[in-house]
Amino acid sequence: MTTDKATEQASDVHISFDNVVKSYDGSTQVVKDLNLDVNRGEFLTLLGPSGSGKTTCLMMLAGFESITSGTITIDGRAIQDILPHKRGIGMVFQNYALFPHLTVRKNLSFPLEVRGMSASERNSRVMRALELVQLEGLENRKPRNLSGGQQQRVAIARALVFEPEIVLMDEPLGALDRRLREEMQYEIRRIHQQLGVTMVYVTHDQQEAMVLSDRVAVFRDGRIEQIATPETLYEEPSRVFVSSFIGDNNVLYGEVREVQDNDICHVSIGPDRNVQALSVEETKPGEPVWVAIRPERVGIAKTENQYSNQFDAIVNDIVFMGDHLRINVDTCGVRNFIIKIPNLVGHGAVLPGDEIQVGWATLDCRALSMDSEKT
Amino acid sequence: MASTRSQNQEPSRLVPIGLALPLVAFVLVTFVIPLGTMVVQSAYDPQVAQALPKTLDLLRDWNDSALPSSDVFETIASELISSREDRSIGKVATRVNRIKSGSRSVFAKTARRLERVEDTDLKTAMIEIDDRWEDIELWRAIRSAGQKFTARHYLRSVDLEPAQDGGIQQVSEDQRIYNTLYFRTVYVSLAVTVLCFLIGYPIAYAIASVSDSWAKILLVIVLVPFWTSLLVRTTSWLVLLQNQGVVNDVLVWIGLVSDDSRLALVHNMTGTLIAMTHVLLPFMILPLYAVMRSIPPDYMRAAASLGANPIEGFVKVYFPQSLPGVSAGCLLVFILSLGYYITPALVGGTKGQLISNMIAYHIQTSLNWGLAAAISVILLIGVFVCYFIFDRWVGIDKLKLG
Ligand SMILES: Nc1ncnc2c1ncn2[C@@H]1O[C@H](COP(=O)(O)OP(=O)(O)OP(=O)(O)O)[C@@H](O)[C@H]1O
Ligand SMILES: [Mg+2]
Repeated sequence: MTTDKATEQASDVHISFDNVVKSYDGSTQVVKDLNLDVNRGEFLTLLGPSGSGKTTCLMMLAGFESITSGTITIDGRAIQDILPHKRGIGMVFQNYALFPHLTVRKNLSFPLEVRGMSASERNSRVMRALELVQLEGLENRKPRNLSGGQQQRVAIARALVFEPEIVLMDEPLGALDRRLREEMQYEIRRIHQQLGVTMVYVTHDQQEAMVLSDRVAVFRDGRIEQIATPETLYEEPSRVFVSSFIGDNNVLYGEVREVQDNDICHVSIGPDRNVQALSVEETKPGEPVWVAIRPERVGIAKTENQYSNQFDAIVNDIVFMGDHLRINVDTCGVRNFIIKIPNLVGHGAVLPGDEIQVGWATLDCRALSMDSEKT
Repeated sequence: MASTRSQNQEPSRLVPIGLALPLVAFVLVTFVIPLGTMVVQSAYDPQVAQALPKTLDLLRDWNDSALPSSDVFETIASELISSREDRSIGKVATRVNRIKSGSRSVFAKTARRLERVEDTDLKTAMIEIDDRWEDIELWRAIRSAGQKFTARHYLRSVDLEPAQDGGIQQVSEDQRIYNTLYFRTVYVSLAVTVLCFLIGYPIAYAIASVSDSWAKILLVIVLVPFWTSLLVRTTSWLVLLQNQGVVNDVLVWIGLVSDDSRLALVHNMTGTLIAMTHVLLPFMILPLYAVMRSIPPDYMRAAASLGANPIEGFVKVYFPQSLPGVSAGCLLVFILSLGYYITPALVGGTKGQLISNMIAYHIQTSLNWGLAAAISVILLIGVFVCYFIFDRWVGIDKLKLG
């Protein structure tokens, strides 16, 4: 990012992590030199496997964990010394943390009471919040008498009722079943669009991250691997970790033979086998790389040289998935290479054991450099 | 085939019951039977009826305003002699004495002398041996002691007694002790409960808030008194609290009290309160700690994220959630203090005695087991009442001890 671009956007940056480090025990860093800007009104998701430090980041932002070094600013103001209850950040916890001894109404009016609002003001705000999450009529129930989805909605309503500018959610849908989770995802999206708050959302479900977010920050071991819009992450992952964490990916290991125009490279992935791929970073001949190909971009070749990359394959298994077929083949010296083909009429029946040819276009496969990747 | 299947199914239900049998037997032997015996003892006393059956038969028709006829004297004379032989006469004497004090010696003395009397006019002879036989009160006492089933112990345990006219009256002023003791026991138990709560809540909160390794250390400190003998703990309070004890020495040394007005901390109510609070504190801390540990830190965080400062968060969120622990701890401490005995006996002096000390007295010293049993039953009913109030209010399944 150039400096003038940064100043141009400065008014837009709402939350900013600068060189933030967190260590619980003083030796292992759980969050390593994190830099992250969240724009006003943005829906940013922290996505990553378990233990990658997502919750820790949220807790530092909310004020429940100290920052080992670095600064977090909100509206340009460092927040280290602001006590959690003065930060005005709404938060939805993974287990909801609804107060079990209070009714839904009391739970929702809790933040309003501690702010000293009048009873009538409280009442109208509670009603509005309940309306927002479509829970009118349940205000006198205790949390334990609500279903999981309803508790979730109450938790969201409670985090919004005092109209915070920033709302944090830590895997809020983790405890719900799949259907309800999807329903709630759209609900959260709708609420975010309606209120325009800045949202920082934590999940380890990439599907959820794709559905909800303006941008996704992919975490791994306390670092951000890539931060981009869902489309970019999917189409242009810059790291192997991202490419296989977001959606399915077939990954081939190889060595760069030749680089064309700095964009296309030829990668040798075995004796007499070369792949033409898009090189993501600058590569030099002789460098080891990963080549990543999305399963849905692979096709079954009907003629010789139909694709720029075309190889022999043996079908292992075919799984009918409804809208598509998932075909597992051996090819390029790799077992369990996955192909997804749409379930169209006359997709050409293949059977396990068939010898076929599979292929993909150069632009659909990306060569990712190895650098510090571990596997 | 059919028979093996039914055999296979039966044990599946019988095995758990069978495994529980030793426990049932244990509870029966150690709890139900002694308790049952106690309840029976408090209202059923056949000793006099067994020793003097014929006399009591005759006394049933007696009009109780004049001395009984010589028939009665003759009958009781022979029954006294035979009960002297089978040594039941002491028990008769004790029981009659409880109703009319000062009549214990009549029986043994009369029986002993009667063996040597040849006289046919036994009535005159007996009155000659002891003129208390002329007292109608004594005969009334014998008749009353002869009832197998009696509410006398219960009446007595609430400072009442049967009146002449068949009604109920308060015992004479100098004998009224039990009601005061019940009130004092309840009052002391409440005070101990409140003190335990005030001291125990912050301790439990501290243990629940610190890291696991610290929690272990603190719990051991709380439990160490548990592992030392109750007698040792109580006696050490004597050493600490007595007039020339450590506490007074320190107070004098820092100048809070002057040397000639040292505080009386022991052999009175203060001593009972201090020592009982200390002894019962773990029973408050443990259930509180168990409940507090199960309160997820997320609740306090949620309260803070919603804008509540730590005090508001504590009062509105944490404390209400620790209430099951509070009520469990209070219930335990209150019930235990109701029946507490060793500590008040050792450090309480006369002013610090509780109802249990009276039970002990009647069991060990006065040997009036019926009265001891009646007081125990009243205490037991009190405990059950507390238990049911607790169950209604909080639910007994919420009781957690660790
Ligand atoms: N209170 C704590 N004390 C010590 N270590 C902790 C603490 N909380 C988290 N950690 C460690 O920090 C690392 C990151 O934890 P964090 O909870 O931020 O991960 P996460 O990305 O939220 O994972 P998940 O998806 O499982 O919730 C983990 O290795 C975890 O063991
Ligand atoms: Mg987490």
